[in-house]
Amino acid sequence: MARLADIPTCIERGDVRSSQPAREAVSTAFHPVGRRQDASRIARVSLPGRSVALLVRLALLLLTLGLLAAAAQAESEQEQRFPAPEFKGGYTFPETTVPQATSETRQWLDVAALAAALSIASWLAVKRHSRRGLFWLMICCLLYFGFYKKGCLCPIGSIQNVALSLFNSHYALPVTVLIFFGLPLLFALFFGRVFCASVCALGAIQDLVAIKPLTLPRNLTIGLSVIPYAYLALAVLLAATNTGFLICRYDPFIAFFRLTGDAPHLYLGASFLLVGVFIARPYCRFLCPYGVLLGFLSPLSRWHLAITPTSCINCRLCETSCPFDSIHKPNFGLAHEARGAGVRRLGFLFLMLPLLIALCGWVGHRLSVPLSRYNSTVSVAEQVVAERQNPLLEPTLESKTFRSKGVTEGELIRDALAIRARMNIGGWLAGGVVGLVFGLKLLAFSTIRTQKDYEVDKAHCFSCARCCTYCPNDPSCKTDSFSAAMIAQQVGQAAPKPKPTTPALEVAGHV
Amino acid sequence: MNTAPATSTGGSRFEFLRQGLARLVALSLGMLGGMSLFGARRKNTVWQIDPLKCVQCERCATECVLSPSAVKCVQSYPICGYCQLCFGYFQPHAPQLNSAAENQLCPTGAIERLFVEEPYWEYNILEDSCIGCAKCVKACEMFGNASFYLQVRQDLCLNCNQCSIAIKCPAGAWDRVPADQPYKLKHKTAPGNTVGRLKKERPQWLA
Repeated sequence: MARLADIPTCIERGDVRSSQPAREAVSTAFHPVGRRQDASRIARVSLPGRSVALLVRLALLLLTLGLLAAAAQAESEQEQRFPAPEFKGGYTFPETTVPQATSETRQWLDVAALAAALSIASWLAVKRHSRRGLFWLMICCLLYFGFYKKGCLCPIGSIQNVALSLFNSHYALPVTVLIFFGLPLLFALFFGRVFCASVCALGAIQDLVAIKPLTLPRNLTIGLSVIPYAYLALAVLLAATNTGFLICRYDPFIAFFRLTGDAPHLYLGASFLLVGVFIARPYCRFLCPYGVLLGFLSPLSRWHLAITPTSCINCRLCETSCPFDSIHKPNFGLAHEARGAGVRRLGFLFLMLPLLIALCGWVGHRLSVPLSRYNSTVSVAEQVVAERQNPLLEPTLESKTFRSKGVTEGELIRDALAIRARMNIGGWLAGGVVGLVFGLKLLAFSTIRTQKDYEVDKAHCFSCARCCTYCPNDPSCKTDSFSAAMIAQQVGQAAPKPKPTTPALEVAGHV
Repeated sequence: MNTAPATSTGGSRFEFLRQGLARLVALSLGMLGGMSLFGARRKNTVWQIDPLKCVQCERCATECVLSPSAVKCVQSYPICGYCQLCFGYFQPHAPQLNSAAENQLCPTGAIERLFVEEPYWEYNILEDSCIGCAKCVKACEMFGNASFYLQVRQDLCLNCNQCSIAIKCPAGAWDRVPADQPYKLKHKTAPGNTVGRLKKERPQWLA
C-alpha cells in the first residue's frame, strides 16, 4: 500500500522527474515481477530529497541498487523458472506433512528402562544368584532393546558418539546417549558386568545359542582377548576423525534385530551365531569394544557376583559350569619355578614393553594412510588428484559432485591432508595402546597367581550366574528346579529327577 | 556380603588397594559425567538431507537399511509451478500428457496428478509408493522450479547410529539435525518462492 501512495507524491513534487532510476522504479512498481526487490527500490524513491547534491548522490545510489536488483532478479528468474501460479478459484496450498521422530519422552523412557534393567540384573546376580531370573530378564531385554528398538542405540555404539563429540566440536552429544554410555559402566564399577549378563541384546542373542560350549585353552583366550582392544582403538580412531562408526557398521546382529539387511550382514551374523554354539559369546569375548571398558571397571566392583556365598568346599562342581572360561581354578601344589628364571623372564618382558609399544605404534602409523581412505574427504581428494594426473581416468560420482560444488581443489586437498595428519597421530596412539595391552597380556600370561578357591575372573565374568546354580553351598541351588534341570543337562541326563531336593549333590553322585 | 572372604593378609592389602582405586574411578567417572552433562545438554539428533546439497544420485533408494527406503520425495507447494507439463511427472518425450504408465517418469507411479484449474495441475507424492530414487527430483531441478526434493521421513527412519546412506552420499548432504527440528524444508528455509538451485548442465538425452 505504501508504494502506491508514495510514488504519486514523489512525482508531484517534481523531485525525481528527471531521474532515470526513479522512472524505472515507477514503471516496475506497476509491473510487479520481482516483488522483494521492487519494495526496496520504491522505499528509496519515497525518501524526500531537498538539496541537489543529496539528490544526485541518491540517484547514483539508486542506479547501483537498481542494477544490482536487476542482476539479482535475472538470477532469481533463472532459479525459479516458472512463475508462481495465480489461482482464480481460491486454491489453497496443501501443507507438506512433517511426521515427527520418536519424542524426547520416549528416549528418556528408554534410559529409564536401561536403568531399571541394570538394577534388576544387579539384584538378581549379586543378591539372588538367580540364573532363572537373569535368563528371563535377558529375554525381555532382547525383545525390547533388540527387536523392538531395532538394536539402536546401544551402549556399545555410544562409544563412538562419545569419541566423536570429544574430538569434534560440531557434534553435540545428546544427554540420553551419554547416559546410555555411562550407566552400564557405573553399574560395572559397583556390581560387575551385569549389563552383559542380561541387558545387552547382542550378548543375549549369543547366550541363547551357546548350546555346546567348548573350553578354550588359556593361551588362546589370552591371545584373542587383545582383539577387542585393537577394535576399540580402531573404532575410536575412525569416530574421532569423523570417518564413520565402525562398530555400528559391522554390528553382526543388527540385521537380525531389524529383520532386514543386506547379505554380508546376514552372513556375518549367522556365522557368529554358528560359532557361538561351540564358543560361547564369541563377539562379547573376542570382539566387543565396550567389554574392554567394562573389564577395566568390573575388577574394582565391591559387590560382584561370587560363586560361593560363604566358603568354597572345593567340590569342583562349578569347574565346567562357566561357558566363558571365566573361573579361576585353585592351583594347589604348583611347583615354584627357580626365582632367577622368573625374574629374568619378567625383566625381559618389561624391557620388551617399550619396544612392543613402539612397534605397534609404527604399524598404526603405517596403517593410517590406508585407513584414511575410509574418510570421504580423503577418498575424494585422492580421486581428484588421480584424475588430474591421469585424464583418461573415468570420473566417479564423488569427484563429479565435488567439482559441481564450487570448492577449489586446493581447499579439498588441504582438508584431506589435515584429516590424514590427525589419522597419523591417532594411528601412532592407537597402535601404541594396542602394543601396551599386548605387552601386559604377555606379562599376565607369564605369571600365575596362587589361587585357593574357585573364584570368578571379575574382568571377564558376565555375571550370568550359571556357576551359582552349581554350588551346593548356594541356597538358590537347592530351591531352584531350573538350576537342577540345567545341571542335569550339563551332565548328560535326559531329565531331572522329579522333585530334586539337593540336585547338585545328586549329580555329584553321578559324577 | 558376597565378596570373597579376605583370608590372608595379602588379600586385605589387595582389597584396600582395590577399594581405593574403585573410589578414585567412581569419582572421576562422576566428575566426567557431570562435566559432560553440564557442557552438553543437547537435544537428540536425527538424520536429515540438505536439499540444497543433494545431487540426486539415487543412492538413497538403495543404501537404506529399510526397503523401501525411509527417504521420500516431498513436494513444496509454494515453490511448485503447477505446470501442465511437469518434468518431474512426465517422461521426456512422453507420447501423451496423461497419467498412463508409459508417460510417467516415476518408476513406481508414486506421483498423483490432479487438475486444479486451467492451466494448473497439482502434483502430490504418494509416500507409500515412493522409493526415494529422486528421478523426479532431478528432472524438477533441471527443468522446473525444484519443488520436489528428498527428505528423510522421521516416522519411518530407524535413526541408526550410523546411517548407511550417509556413508555413501557423494555430496555430503546428510547430517544430524536436532530432533525437534527434524526437517530441512525448502519453503521454510527461505520464504517467498525464491529458493531453488543454481542452474545445472542440461542432460545428454535432451541435447
